[in-house]
Amino acid sequence: MDLNVITENMAYLAGGLALTFQIAGLAIACGLCWGILLGMGRLSKNRLLYYPASAYVQFFRGIPLILVIFWIYFLLPLITGDSLGEFLAVVVSFTLYEASYFAEIIRSGIQSVPTGQVNAGLATGMRPRQLAFYIILPQALRNMVPSLVNHAVVIFQDTSLAYVIGLREFLRRVNLVDAREARSVELYLFAGLVYFVICSLGTLASHKLEHRSQTCRSNL
Amino acid sequence: MIEISNVSLWYASYKALDDISVSIAKGQTMVICGPSGSGKSTLLRCINGLEKFQQGSIFVDGVGVQDRATDIYALRSHIGMVFQHFELYPHKTILENVILAPIKVRGISRKDAKHQGRNLLDRVGVLDQADKFPAELSGGQQQRVSIARALAMEPAVMLFDEPTSALDPEMIKEVLDVMTDLAREGMTMVVVTHEMGFARRVADDILFMDQGCIVERKTAEDFFLHPSNERTRRFLERVMDYDINGRGR
Repeated sequence: MDLNVITENMAYLAGGLALTFQIAGLAIACGLCWGILLGMGRLSKNRLLYYPASAYVQFFRGIPLILVIFWIYFLLPLITGDSLGEFLAVVVSFTLYEASYFAEIIRSGIQSVPTGQVNAGLATGMRPRQLAFYIILPQALRNMVPSLVNHAVVIFQDTSLAYVIGLREFLRRVNLVDAREARSVELYLFAGLVYFVICSLGTLASHKLEHRSQTCRSNL
Repeated sequence: MIEISNVSLWYASYKALDDISVSIAKGQTMVICGPSGSGKSTLLRCINGLEKFQQGSIFVDGVGVQDRATDIYALRSHIGMVFQHFELYPHKTILENVILAPIKVRGISRKDAKHQGRNLLDRVGVLDQADKFPAELSGGQQQRVSIARALAMEPAVMLFDEPTSALDPEMIKEVLDVMTDLAREGMTMVVVTHEMGFARRVADDILFMDQGCIVERKTAEDFFLHPSNERTRRFLERVMDYDINGRGR
């Protein structure tokens, strides 16, 4: 074991990790926004919203993410005549794909609020918007947060797929350093450790949040 | 106060309410009873527009519940409702449960709402629980809080949908006591319940429903002493093994 290979390339690897965080952060933020809209579509009584949203979710949940990345990176330019560039292509792919998962988390979170709560709010004269903000969303969010954090962790791991179109995120850089220095054991164990620590922190946060939301609503 | 005229309601092809007409005067307490599936809760929920009927009309204080021009949200804010399963907001404290609608719907200040909320919690005997969460209270306490929550809107009418049927027997009385006080103070109340003792003591009129129809409407005294209909008689025997000749248990 020669850990020098890691310390010597630390700056280069850290740059890759920063890019990984950027992709994950943007994918989570944009995916969540798009997912909220899709999730609302899935809950809508308006057929023009419900069916397209449902079809979208069904479609993207039925194909692998890597395929979406290929499509956006290689096929989209054939139509638009212009490449998005690796970074944007990855962010767009992740957003489109992960939104379908976020949408389902949001839909089930909102549906987990019992209709009795809705009736109780309505009975006191609340309007739909007040009902959503004061009664439904606070409870729905509490139910969703653990799944949302969990999925954010999954997205973080999935960013490594960006290497397929040559984006030099963390894992790709580990790979490149290995190609130069031929120290696979140290490098790939180190990469595993980095992912493991970051994702464990996320999972831990998710458990904490889950526990907190349960103590507030114990014996419901 | 409440005028229900020829109301019919279908769930698909099933007729849940069949040409119901009732009027309830201001200050009156009306108990609705009947076997389960008779449409009594459905009728109650029609009064504040939580359920839509296809025929007939309901007027509350002169306002048509399903009239196009009616702001149903504004109307509901004058009609308090208490549910079988309390339906307190689990993410809010007891006091917050009570003051939420007065602040957001009636638009009174937080300070005034808190003051009023504490008074109401005191009135139903749970002021000492004000800062706890609903899950920390017993069923009887939760139901009393939900009565306070409804009263905080200063309603003209109170609707009770089987308010004691989810409670352990030892907690039923504390809830009925609050309701009895309320009736004595002149609140207009419509109560769906199987508590025949309460009905006899507190109700002015009793409405007996079966299969979506009104079987009979009588004063409480008359209802128990001279039930004219065979279905009523059988129901009474079943719910309270009641001696029809008035000797009681």
